[in-house]
Amino acid sequence: MSVSVDRDQAFLNAIGRVAEEFAAPNADAVDREARFPAETIAGLRAEGALSAFIPTELGGGGVAFETIAAACFELGQRCGASAMVFAMHQIQVATIVRHLDQAPWFESYLRDVVAEQRLIASVTSEVGTGGDMGSSIASVEPAGEGIGRFEKQAPTVSYGAYADDLLTTLRRAPDAEPGDQVCVLTSKDQHTLEPTGSWDPLGMRGTCSPGNVVRAELPLEQVLPTQFARVMNESMVPISHILWSHLWLGISTDAFERARAFVRAAAKRKPGEPLPAAIRLSELMSELSLLRAEVSSGLREFIEASAGDRARLSEMASILRFNNLKIAASEQAPKVCQGALGVCGIVGFKNDTPFSVGRHLRDTMSACLMVANERIHQTNASLLLIAKDV
Amino acid sequence: MIEEIRKIIAEHGRLSVDVAGLAPNADLYHAGMTSHASVNVMLALEDHFDIEFPDRMLKRSVFESISAIESALNELRAEQPVS
Repeated sequence: MSVSVDRDQAFLNAIGRVAEEFAAPNADAVDREARFPAETIAGLRAEGALSAFIPTELGGGGVAFETIAAACFELGQRCGASAMVFAMHQIQVATIVRHLDQAPWFESYLRDVVAEQRLIASVTSEVGTGGDMGSSIASVEPAGEGIGRFEKQAPTVSYGAYADDLLTTLRRAPDAEPGDQVCVLTSKDQHTLEPTGSWDPLGMRGTCSPGNVVRAELPLEQVLPTQFARVMNESMVPISHILWSHLWLGISTDAFERARAFVRAAAKRKPGEPLPAAIRLSELMSELSLLRAEVSSGLREFIEASAGDRARLSEMASILRFNNLKIAASEQAPKVCQGALGVCGIVGFKNDTPFSVGRHLRDTMSACLMVANERIHQTNASLLLIAKDV
Repeated sequence: MIEEIRKIIAEHGRLSVDVAGLAPNADLYHAGMTSHASVNVMLALEDHFDIEFPDRMLKRSVFESISAIESALNELRAEQPVS
């Protein structure tokens, strides 16, 4: 027990160093230039953090899922885009780890991730599906004995140009229904990315997520054996919602801390005088604590469900639970950042003060779009018709 | 019972194939039933058989084939005898 606690603590210490040495000093430039947070990712590679969740049997770090979530929170406090790239990579890793079903190719692939600290991006969204990750248009097409190929129109591919590998959802075969999906892994020497647009967004600018046409040819052993409907419900969706909400909490926490620093500085300048901003800060703390409570209870419930029969995560009550986590956290995080702006006033609005919170606000405004909340509400509305104990 | 289940799926499952031609263990989702359509199938089954699916049964695997639905209904009828 203590070995794993020490291991997890050492990992978090390393994440803390990367956050301070690389993520924080480059955050403004990454945001301004909408460029990939190369320094942070290099730092994470040097610490072996890209394979932290891979089991020790396969050579990985073997850290607990809650420790990965804590790392997203930590990085989120220093650079939202860095935290998002880290979180998305860990979502792909966790998905493969939990569903490889001892497939030899995927076991050997995970060993390569450990040795080479390979960065994995995902291609799950598709033009024409209305934002429904559970259906695909592109399919795995036969391309000779044991070989498949695909071409997928993706409206966004986060850090695709910087990733070593892509995890792509597709219909199982050209005659399969839209919901009969698999995910396939391809390396950069097997796929090409043709950008279909530019990347100049409001926030999360360092994730570098333009649209792309993805084309690839691959041996069929690189198709994950488990059907994607299970992968999605038991892992990809709840894990995405948990890790994203942790980093949104991280960004919001830093915005709150900047507001607090502003109020303390004001109080020191004029000791004893009434300070309206201090009251607003107190109000902001209660908003932050709501976000924190939702994020930590979501994590706890996921750990409990994962410890027993993982199929429980496919039950409607569970799907509703983690959809709600995403909706609540994505709405609350920008609310906290906007509150911090209200506390700091003009020095928060300016981009070059110690109390600037513009980047925080813009980054968290992306949260409600990452799988649009409206789309999630549609799903929930349907599930609520039949679910019993919610 | 199988025929009643087939009728409900035909009405609410919005399959891309004729349900009459489907084997009892054929995957309904692979036959084109979406998650949204499956909720309507569940509601219709509850109404028709006068039962309630508990949360533990409200998951994809329970509704993925005609025979899976049949065994869930049999299990529920054993637990919830019609009064």
